[in-house]
Amino acid sequence: MDDLFAARSQMALSLGFHIIFACIGMVMPFFMATSHYKYLKTNNPLYMDLTKAWSKGVAIFFVTGAVSGTMLSFELGLLWPEFMLHAGPIFGMPFSLEGTAFFIEAIFLGFFLYGWGKFKPWFHWFTGVVVGISGLASGILVVAANGWMNSPSGFDFVDGKFLNIDPVAALFNDAWFTQALHMSLAAFTATGFAVAGIHAYMILKGKNREFHRKAFTIAIVFGAIAALLQPISGDISAKDIAVRQPAKLAAMEAHFETSKSAPLIIGGIPDVEAKEVNYAIKIPGALSFLAHGDFEAEVIGLDQFPEEYHPPVAVVHYAFQIMVGLGMVLVGLSLLYFLSLWKKKDWQLKPWFLWLFALATPLGFIALEAGWTVTEVGRQPWIIYEIMLTKDAVTPIPGIKYSFFIFTAIYVSLAGIVSFLLYRQIKAVPDSLKKNSQASSNT
Amino acid sequence: MLYVVIIFLCLSLLMYVLLGGADFGAGILEIFTPASMREQLRDTTYKTIGPIWEANHMWLIIAIVILFVGFPPIYTTLSVHLHIPLALMLIGIIGRGTAFVFRHYDAYQDDMQKVYNFIFTYSSFITPFFLGLIFGAAIGGQIDPEAMGFYEAYIHPWFNLFSISVGVFTVAICGFLASVFLVGEAKKPKVKSVIIGKAKLFIVFTVIAGGLVFAASIIDEVPLVGLLLKEWITIGTLVLATIAVVVLWMKLKEGNKMMVRFLSGFVVTAILLAFGYHYFPDIIITKSGENLSVFNSSAIGKPIDTLAWALLVGSLFILPSLGYLIYSFQGSKEPNQANG
Repeated sequence: MDDLFAARSQMALSLGFHIIFACIGMVMPFFMATSHYKYLKTNNPLYMDLTKAWSKGVAIFFVTGAVSGTMLSFELGLLWPEFMLHAGPIFGMPFSLEGTAFFIEAIFLGFFLYGWGKFKPWFHWFTGVVVGISGLASGILVVAANGWMNSPSGFDFVDGKFLNIDPVAALFNDAWFTQALHMSLAAFTATGFAVAGIHAYMILKGKNREFHRKAFTIAIVFGAIAALLQPISGDISAKDIAVRQPAKLAAMEAHFETSKSAPLIIGGIPDVEAKEVNYAIKIPGALSFLAHGDFEAEVIGLDQFPEEYHPPVAVVHYAFQIMVGLGMVLVGLSLLYFLSLWKKKDWQLKPWFLWLFALATPLGFIALEAGWTVTEVGRQPWIIYEIMLTKDAVTPIPGIKYSFFIFTAIYVSLAGIVSFLLYRQIKAVPDSLKKNSQASSNT
Repeated sequence: MLYVVIIFLCLSLLMYVLLGGADFGAGILEIFTPASMREQLRDTTYKTIGPIWEANHMWLIIAIVILFVGFPPIYTTLSVHLHIPLALMLIGIIGRGTAFVFRHYDAYQDDMQKVYNFIFTYSSFITPFFLGLIFGAAIGGQIDPEAMGFYEAYIHPWFNLFSISVGVFTVAICGFLASVFLVGEAKKPKVKSVIIGKAKLFIVFTVIAGGLVFAASIIDEVPLVGLLLKEWITIGTLVLATIAVVVLWMKLKEGNKMMVRFLSGFVVTAILLAFGYHYFPDIIITKSGENLSVFNSSAIGKPIDTLAWALLVGSLFILPSLGYLIYSFQGSKEPNQANG
């Protein structure tokens, strides 16, 4: 394992780990606030129980997201000092704003978690909403910084020097909006389906059905709306990168040769040597249409780029197929949910219906990780697109693989502990429900 | 605008040492507390720092963002040459933050608590130790950007007596801050007297560790003592700090809790101020003497201006809400956390 590969693996691992917790930490507060709102409106104690149960989940996920995010702010320098030396002042603005947003999130989480019975009910509710909004703002800002790496702007690159730096222009780079939109929807989809899936499973188990049904409904409504909007956002993204990062689009589609009325390649095994894709379904002209809105349009292929600047085609292609495929499954489930709402209310209690959602629990997150693989691996070999190569940015210190092994062990154990905690939280729900209702009848 | 950024950098580091330090100290205190008292100490700690502990650690993020946006050469030089202690500190940060929350939010109180407590206490110790060590290494003058060998470039800059002594000193300061802070929170007389004992113990530790730092600076030829005693401002602040420690020692038992807290904060602020004044504007002292300062390493023009504005606007949001958070949960008798 050479140092560059070790550094990339460590970065991928850290980001891949962080992203899950960050998403849950930024989306769950909205579920929590919805349930809290319902409680304040209806006075149904089940909603109070649900709000409290979810807030514990938020606390666990938030802290894991926070420490892994702290880790990342150091890791950028520990692994990519040459990149940060030049990029820091340019794309720093979203990070400095994100610092504020994140700080606010931590402060208001303190208000929310410890504020039961301390504040006026609606102020307390409001603090929960602020947690969600500031979390979402942090997410958008960090994605904007990533957007800058894909679409560097806000400086002039003259003789290897970064001149006339404009951090505001860097923040509003060409990729920020499409990426932030796609990611925010993905966070709601993934978290919504994951939470709904767990509660669907609990309904199947037959414990506290009313409680879990309320939880399922809130989560799935958020998740399903986001999932249905996601293809639109995906289309905007595709048209955007077709122009901005054609090499990435070509890798996603394993589109080796520039051609008019290019086919959409679904599945298949890309053969990079022979520059073809075997066993794939090809829909003539569809790629041209999706990329440029015209079945005849020319789509730039990898042949337009020197081979040393090709992203790893197979990885990007597979990741893209996984993302789109799972996204479509979630769209299908979303339609199914709304159909049941509209026509067949009784489906919602049928085991087959609940099993479908229970099995879909991890799908959103798998799609999300696959999507980030497309973005990040698809940008390679560049760390700043067409400005700086990843291999030129890596730290000079040798032996990064040991660091990679250690942090892998840490992240694996953390993931294990969080799952264990979550399992115990869910298992304990019946007990805590009893305790809560006793407590509320005492007061 | 550069000065606005510099002030925010100093302020966030100071806040991290004070608030984050007290936070780490609470974990360090657990190591030094007999098992029979630990449960009560934990309870007091939780009630006191529970609501604000996340916010305490945000200061480090603010400081690090200021460094990489405003002073990238400083950030990258530290990242490259102090890679190993930084990574070890990060392990501490991860372990501590998660264990603190996990031990509280685990739905069952069983043997897993031992695991969380073990991770919490030892990472509370490791994190400030490496933080201090990194501080020490930055000013220790052993960082050598020209170094070729692995040991010279990546180990020696921090693996020396001076850096280690600053690490130990930082641990002592954290224990000191936490114990003084918790004195005012302990409700039961028994717990209170144990904590007062710890506070005194940590005052002694801090003084001894401070002596160690000076001794190590002489052995490692870090020009600290001579220079510190040349400037009247540094002498003045250190004398005031010493007086404050003496007053603190006498007032620990019957003193007003806000006053002793203020004194402990004052002591630490004065020490940092003396160091800061002495080294300003340098942040990293290198072997060759080409030091990295906030002036020669800053970004210029728009990046600094926008950073300053972002910090100013951000603080308009952060400071009032943080103030209200601390005010809301001050001296709370009953923790009203979510576990009902």
